[in-house]
Amino acid sequence: MSGITRDEVAHLAKLARLDLTDDELDRYSAQIDQILDAVAKVAEVADKDVAATSHPVVMENVFRDDVVTPGLSAQEALAMAPAREGDRFRVPRILDEE
Amino acid sequence: MNTRTQPKLARLSDALATYEPVIGLEVHVELGTNTKMFCGCPTTFGGSPNSQVCPVCLGLPGSLPVVNRTAIESTIRMGLALNCTIVPWCRFARKNYFYPDMPKDYQISQYDEPICVDGYLDVDVPTDDGVTTVRVEIERVHMEEDTGKLTHAGGAGRIQGADYSLVDYNRAGIPLVEIVTKPVTGTGGLAPAVGRAYVSELRDIMRTLGVSDVRMEEGSLRCDANLSLSRSGEPWGTRTETKNVNSLRSVERALTYEIRRQAAILGAGGSIKQETRHFHEDDGTTTPGRSKEEAEDYRYFPEPDLMPVAPDPAWVEELRATLPEPPSVRRKRLQQEWGISDHDMQSVINAGAVELVELTVAAGVDQASARKWWLGEFSRHANENDMELTDLAVTPAQIADVESLIVEGTLNDKLARQVFEGVLAGEGEPSDVIKKRGLALVSDDSALVGAIDEAIAAMPDVVDKIKGGKVQAAGAIIGQVMKATRGQADAARVRELLLEKLEVS
Amino acid sequence: MSADVLRMSAASLAAALAGKQITAEEVTRVFLERIRDVDPQIHAFLRIDEEGALATAREVDRRRDGGENLPRLAGVPVAVKDVMTTVGMPTTVGSAILDGWEPPYDATIVAKLRDNLMPILGKTNMDEFAMGSSTEHSAYGPTRNPWDTDRIPGGSGGGSAAALAALEVPLALGTDTGGSIRQPAAVTGTVGVKPTYGSVSRYGLVALASSLDQAGPCARTVMDAAMLHEVIAGHDPRDSTSLPDPVPDFVGAARRADVGGVRIGIISELTGDGYQAGVMQRFTEAVETYRGLGADIVEVSCPNFSYALAAYYLILPSEASSNLAKFDAMRYGLRVGDDGIATVEQVMARTRDAGFGAEVKRRIMLGTYALSSGYYDEYYGQAQKVRTLVQQDFDAAFEQCDVLISPTCPTTAFRLGEKLEDPLAMYLNDIATIPVNLAGNAALSLPVGLAPEDGLPVGLQIIAPHRQDQRLYNAGAALEAALEDQWDRPFIEGLQ
Ligand SMILES: [Mg+2]
Ligand SMILES: [Zn+2]
Repeated sequence: MSGITRDEVAHLAKLARLDLTDDELDRYSAQIDQILDAVAKVAEVADKDVAATSHPVVMENVFRDDVVTPGLSAQEALAMAPAREGDRFRVPRILDEE
Repeated sequence: MNTRTQPKLARLSDALATYEPVIGLEVHVELGTNTKMFCGCPTTFGGSPNSQVCPVCLGLPGSLPVVNRTAIESTIRMGLALNCTIVPWCRFARKNYFYPDMPKDYQISQYDEPICVDGYLDVDVPTDDGVTTVRVEIERVHMEEDTGKLTHAGGAGRIQGADYSLVDYNRAGIPLVEIVTKPVTGTGGLAPAVGRAYVSELRDIMRTLGVSDVRMEEGSLRCDANLSLSRSGEPWGTRTETKNVNSLRSVERALTYEIRRQAAILGAGGSIKQETRHFHEDDGTTTPGRSKEEAEDYRYFPEPDLMPVAPDPAWVEELRATLPEPPSVRRKRLQQEWGISDHDMQSVINAGAVELVELTVAAGVDQASARKWWLGEFSRHANENDMELTDLAVTPAQIADVESLIVEGTLNDKLARQVFEGVLAGEGEPSDVIKKRGLALVSDDSALVGAIDEAIAAMPDVVDKIKGGKVQAAGAIIGQVMKATRGQADAARVRELLLEKLEVS
Repeated sequence: MSADVLRMSAASLAAALAGKQITAEEVTRVFLERIRDVDPQIHAFLRIDEEGALATAREVDRRRDGGENLPRLAGVPVAVKDVMTTVGMPTTVGSAILDGWEPPYDATIVAKLRDNLMPILGKTNMDEFAMGSSTEHSAYGPTRNPWDTDRIPGGSGGGSAAALAALEVPLALGTDTGGSIRQPAAVTGTVGVKPTYGSVSRYGLVALASSLDQAGPCARTVMDAAMLHEVIAGHDPRDSTSLPDPVPDFVGAARRADVGGVRIGIISELTGDGYQAGVMQRFTEAVETYRGLGADIVEVSCPNFSYALAAYYLILPSEASSNLAKFDAMRYGLRVGDDGIATVEQVMARTRDAGFGAEVKRRIMLGTYALSSGYYDEYYGQAQKVRTLVQQDFDAAFEQCDVLISPTCPTTAFRLGEKLEDPLAMYLNDIATIPVNLAGNAALSLPVGLAPEDGLPVGLQIIAPHRQDQRLYNAGAALEAALEDQWDRPFIEGLQ
């Protein structure tokens, strides 16, 4: 077993902003544990001196010119907002360090 | 107004007698590109909320970033100006954390592969006896994107106690360059001044390079200051990272505060907590933020939507060729050209007027007059109005115009000041102000002669003194004439005419 | 006429339209009617845009009457997977968290459909955020396989594949991250192509795993796929991973359909154990057909493919956990629990818990874990090494062969609900398609008959090297034509 604990899964859920129920935590803990066991197989190539690949097709220096292009109006930007006030998005209070 | 509880602070001199401060600075600078880091939205400051956005910088599903070439070039030029190595290959990464001002809930940044590494900057730090040069080593210069701007409703506009917040994403995606120093050691009590001088020098370099206008008051330069204390010969202590240090003065204050706060804790046998702290402009204190244990796990990984950046050496050399003379070299050259003392030069530097004086001299004004105007009249005006010298509505060409009128005798110093007062108030060119305010000197001798005759008649005793050889007594009569002409007479000419008339020479 | 129109290939429809034997409006109406008739049973569509489709069709007719030279597929209807942004039609990605979201911009490939005057009939169903192999993970209910409505149509692009198989549309678009075009094609007896990574723009595709996602054509014939592929391919300056190459002549390659002297490699790791007998039988017969057409058949080994599934289920969740962070209830989409007291963090977490389905949450947590400090090297780092090894295996194989083949899936369509509670079993369905995404190659799935034991379609996968997608069309069309001859009927006739 990968040995991932329920507490660790709860921590992951917090990091990922998922407000899981206890039931969900139980179920996902078991499933994630099982999946991690299966994917841990990648460790078998650990001793191989191979480079990592993060892009399937390699290119370099893909840039755009520093030229203004048309964007959205504030109306368009805010059209789908769950809440707004004037031309700004309205979001719930932020509990944070000062 | 302030409810923060104040911790005990050690006296600075006591702290420095016992501990050696180690500082480190992380400076974020917004680049002055036309468009954002990864999209074509404009970066101009002050647009109405959410009017400078698009699917990319709003993080709409399906949108993709494309790197701004000019932002890369600016960063490479900045790295070169800071004597860095430009790496042959690097990538962007995603820094993952949730925050409502960050449209994608990750920031595209450079992580373990910054584009510029291992540089340094020599900074001149003013001391009680002159100027000392300190080398600040640069660890890295990397690129990232800015976040949107939050305003808080309720709770006195502060995040704590606010009922809700509002977000404007105009700033989201503006290119940011982050410059991180290596720990700076061995500067003792100068540490806070070194911090300030470093940020100031960095600002000058950005401006000279033309990569950023570096307006700290608009938030285009933001600084985090790290500080730890150690006893000499012992390993470095635990450091704190103070955020939100956003002016030159704040850099110095925040570092000083942390030295005193940490020294008090260590002195009482306590230990320093590794944490981020927040600086408060109003009272110069810092308060604790997130501790190391609560630190976010950013889950960096290479940004799969972007390709690597591999600066070709030829391209880097091309960019190197565009670098202007470094500010420190330029300052030394100008001091020599102007033939002024270290002290006088430092005054120009402190006033942030090097370039302005240089331009004014280039416009034909002699250096002493140029310095006099910028460090005197104009600095005073900027201070009173809480402005930067560079933002004043007066040009070197206008100064040159006014100076030539003084040399000609059309204006005296006092009138010239009034001319500039008008220029700064937006009344137009110096000639317009002179016309509108009627400021020209009375240069018609016949008009002066009348006034002189009246003054002579009114002050016979003074006339006797002058005739008796006490020429310095002429001041009283000249003053009278000036008064009669409401200051618009050329005092030197009045003196000439008076002595002529009294046949004294 | 309408029954004929339904069964006509896109190529024939295009010819009939160009020859003015039929109008685009008539064609569009036939398919809209078919959707009305059968979609209640199939549920291939999440949304129909009758007005928009008819408006485009009428424009085609008007301009054709005016004597204009129109693009080849002008007037041929098409369906779009709901993962692509569309102006005027909501884009939900099969998720409740985006219910009703109307994007203010078109995906580049959607804009290309519009430029080519193809009437867009609607948006097709999919597994939520393209996570799944059955379309059961859609928040809007599953799509059913037209061959047997108790079975899955594959996934994540089950909607597009089922719509084709049920004759609701002649062409559709899909996206393929680990097989989401090819596996649905295989289990519905249709054709699907995953182009070379970077050859079709990703701008406007709601990202699942950025380094794996690729959009491609879904069709009922190889030629039709080639035609649609030419419409959507090409460089897009808005996608930094977009290749600058010119678009190859896919239609010409499909027309050539000649495998004489072509070296075809069978990947030994993707056959045999774990593959359904009927699937292997049809696959083996297809190999013999190829041999009969003059191809050189070689056996190749790709030993590192045994790590591919594991690597995929680390890379995909990792990238997805980050790509799906933006669904945070702040700027668009669902917001749950904003009662004026809850903090922004709580509202984000409540919304994401309520708005995401089980599979999405599972993969987000898995990816969060694989990227977290202390585990990154062991999981994500290792998975990227596997990716290199898989690529090396492909490179070696393509030194000996022009194209590689395998069964597209180990089995025919499984039953709805069968693997829903067993994620690992579900993942195994993509064992043969995943290596292609890891390496970025091009691949095509085409039907090669029905499995004798269950009478369900079997797909064969053809894989080409990077930027050699035209080889898929040549080899695919050759086999398709031979099978038609062999069975003396268009394969599609098998549909109910
Ligand atoms: Mg940073
Ligand atoms: Zn933008």
